[in-house]
Amino acid sequence: MAMMVLVLAACGREDLSTLNPQGPVAEEQFGLMKLAISIMLIVIVVVFAITIYVIIRFRRRSGDKTIPKQVEGNHKLEIIWTVIPIIMLIILGVPTVQSVFNLSKDYSKDPEAVQVIVTSHQYWWEFEYPDYGIKTAQELIIPTGKTISVKAKSADVLHSFWIPSLAGKIDTNPGANVNAMYFSAPKEGVYLGKCAELCGPSHGLMDFKVKSVDESSFDRWVAAIQEPVALPSDPAVAAAFESKCLSCHAVGDMGGPAYPNLTGIGSRESVGGILVNTDDPKYDNEGSVYDNLYRWIENPDDVKPGNQMGKIDLTEQELDGIAKYLSELKLNYEQ
Amino acid sequence: MAHAHTHKVKRYSGIKDWLTTVDHKKIGILYLIAGGFFFLVGGLEALLIRIQLWKPMNDFVSADTFNELLTMHGTTMIFLAAMPMLFALMNAVVPLQIGARDVAFPFVNSLGFWTFLFGGILLNVSWFAGGAPDAGWTAYAPLAGTTYSGDHGVDYYVLGLQIAGIGTLIGGINFLVTIINMRAPGMTFMRMPLFTWTAFITSALILFAFPALAVGLAALMFDRLFDGNFFDPSGGGNAVLWEHIFWIFGHPEVYILILPAFGVISEVISTFSRKRLFGYSSMVFATILIGFLGFMVWAHHMFTTGLGPVANALFSIATMLIAVPTGIKIFNWLFTMWGGSIKFTTANLFAVGFIPTFVMGGVTGVMLAAAPADFQYHDSYFVVAHFHYVIVGGLILGIFAGLHYWWPKMFGRVLNETLGKLTFWTFFIGFHLTFFIQHFLGLLGMPRRIWTYLDGLGFNEMNMISTIGAVLMGFGTIFFLLNIVTTSFKPKNASGDPWEDGRTLEWTIPSPPPEYNFAQTPLVRGYDAYWKEKMEGHSGMTPAEPIGPIHMPSPSILPFFMGLGLFIAGIGFMYAQDWGNLFDGFKLGYAIGIAGLLILFLCMFLRSVYDDHGFHIEEEEILRDKGGKA
Repeated sequence: MAMMVLVLAACGREDLSTLNPQGPVAEEQFGLMKLAISIMLIVIVVVFAITIYVIIRFRRRSGDKTIPKQVEGNHKLEIIWTVIPIIMLIILGVPTVQSVFNLSKDYSKDPEAVQVIVTSHQYWWEFEYPDYGIKTAQELIIPTGKTISVKAKSADVLHSFWIPSLAGKIDTNPGANVNAMYFSAPKEGVYLGKCAELCGPSHGLMDFKVKSVDESSFDRWVAAIQEPVALPSDPAVAAAFESKCLSCHAVGDMGGPAYPNLTGIGSRESVGGILVNTDDPKYDNEGSVYDNLYRWIENPDDVKPGNQMGKIDLTEQELDGIAKYLSELKLNYEQ
Repeated sequence: MAHAHTHKVKRYSGIKDWLTTVDHKKIGILYLIAGGFFFLVGGLEALLIRIQLWKPMNDFVSADTFNELLTMHGTTMIFLAAMPMLFALMNAVVPLQIGARDVAFPFVNSLGFWTFLFGGILLNVSWFAGGAPDAGWTAYAPLAGTTYSGDHGVDYYVLGLQIAGIGTLIGGINFLVTIINMRAPGMTFMRMPLFTWTAFITSALILFAFPALAVGLAALMFDRLFDGNFFDPSGGGNAVLWEHIFWIFGHPEVYILILPAFGVISEVISTFSRKRLFGYSSMVFATILIGFLGFMVWAHHMFTTGLGPVANALFSIATMLIAVPTGIKIFNWLFTMWGGSIKFTTANLFAVGFIPTFVMGGVTGVMLAAAPADFQYHDSYFVVAHFHYVIVGGLILGIFAGLHYWWPKMFGRVLNETLGKLTFWTFFIGFHLTFFIQHFLGLLGMPRRIWTYLDGLGFNEMNMISTIGAVLMGFGTIFFLLNIVTTSFKPKNASGDPWEDGRTLEWTIPSPPPEYNFAQTPLVRGYDAYWKEKMEGHSGMTPAEPIGPIHMPSPSILPFFMGLGLFIAGIGFMYAQDWGNLFDGFKLGYAIGIAGLLILFLCMFLRSVYDDHGFHIEEEEILRDKGGKA
């Protein structure tokens, strides 16, 4: 059984698997999972053993006409298989209740914790840091080791905020029904986040990233994202960008707040949550920042069916210029 | 009722017979055909889902279509395949097991079938009318509201299920009354076969759970068709309210489905072990307890909704408690086989295969009950694996066991054993191949209900294995169909007790039974009534009455038209906003809707004012049947 747990622990990607937890919350949940799996393996082994024994030992030989003894029951046995499961459930139930209360701790007033308001949209994530007055999208930057206190809500339908390797999920509800959770990432790295509640055609593509950076990098990011941003140098591209992009999106202090904030999009891990930025593309959803931005802006519906951006009417030059401009919108906070 | 002798014998044949029948045995066959058809439709949808997911970034179906497929697969399998196939078995078997000549309300029984069928057809018409429902079988608001599902898909869900739900509810009430009132002399509650017991408890659950669904669907209908605001937060409604209403129905629904399967397994294992069911009274007690606890645990589907730690802790513990009575059942089955003489017919293979499979679904259920761990499992493929283990590995294996077991009783022909075993092994292996690996997909971070997944996440191989398993299950189903077809050409020569080890009353009468089931109502002298007589050297039951004329209910076409009326009403109200006006200020759709309801009310009126006392089957005919069958 210990072997089984060991095998499980080695399973899956470090940034995605619940079996390979990277933070204390996921760790605690994994602990409970391991306890439950161990108890349940005992049940499985007992039932399978009896089943196999019975079907081999008591199978009917051909032509056998004997009538077996008609047993009504057995009080001793019946008490055993009532009491033992109850004991097993107590062993599982007590830590479950403890953990339920432990994971519902409220860090919203804790000055040491980083406060984040998560708002889900069809099909993107908005992250607001009320203490710093910052809003960003798709990529949650957090300082390593700090407790992140999350308030989660939805702007439209139900979604669910899930970072498997860091913490279990919490639904984002519409209306004033705000949920709370917390998590932290002791190690630096990028962790994959997913939407876990059916929210429309692109539900499966509604990914986000959590990026854990050391505290001084985080401070630099907080400062950098509030810097003003210049428009594209080419006036034609700048005009197109202003009229066709900034009506919905924001960069720096310009533009509207309704849709994903694009400040620093050039240094994010992905475009649209799923087009992974890399100079060494291996899969269909990977490419350079520029290629990904170009692909997204050219036809967002191809990447995420049913998203609200729709095809924007741009000339080839404008498209190229905007993709290039955005790919160069970088925040240099990592050193 | 002496005057009733003068009534004419009403009997139809051919298609007219099937449209008008109120005979529980024929209604059982109708349920089986319709439920089987929808099972194939739902299975086809499942295969399309698995083909879409067999490789990363696949675009075999579009994202929209995928959501329609997953919604219709779940809805169809639960409401239109599993429930009707259980009703098929309950109709075919329960009256026979309690020594009754029919159900308490034969007309209502027929009405239940036709409303289910028309509701199911209405739901599936959506495929050809511009889009099936796509908000999941759970239809969570606000996604299921008009703001985010503007087309008519979810309207079909709301009205189709509402109409089909009427059929289930009245069917449940009918079985409750039947089992309470129509048991043969001596058939006390604690002598009832376990399948009858589980049908009884399931019917009680239906009585309490389906009204919750009806209320929820009515509220959602108001939101969608008449601009209501029950679940729309922007209008002051509450989305979480729908989750509560849905799961207050939805969790008992799980037990509505699985309890009759427990009953089937109890019968099959006991028969083919040639042994009395071990711990009968604790089995009955466990069934009642599961049914009761089933109403106390709905919020375990909502651990991540944000109900707070107190609710989550309480619902965790309540959910874990269900493991105790379920465990009792498992061990009782194992110890029924212990010391027995086990014959591995196809029916018994399915029943024995059920036990470890269901245990695997059960233990993951307990794992899911631990709320903090559920934050990880919830809405991932782990949950998909879990509920397919209990529904397919539990319920569907149970239905297959029951169908193979009672097929000769229903149709007078024993299914082919070779094809049956082929069915079992392909379906069983295919099932585990499909779903076992999905536990791990979920734990590795794959959410459920996703249209596609990115490459390089480590999901590829497991998804491909899962798809291969699904294809195998498809082959298993095809072998079963082949078995039905080839068997139907064989002579109708099954004996009354074709397994030779029958223990309960249904095996004391011919296969298939005559219209009136029992020429003479039997006297029940103990649990396993038929077995008791056999062991005491008797060739059959002691009759509780002399042979005499048997009163039968008349067939009626009204239930068919009542279902049709509801169908027309549903279509009319749904399209009222689209179809324009019939005349000034009065919409054509409303006119059609009202016409449909008028058909319904007219049928109800006719049923109320026209007193049909039924007819009698005379002594000569009964004696002739007996002679012919001897």
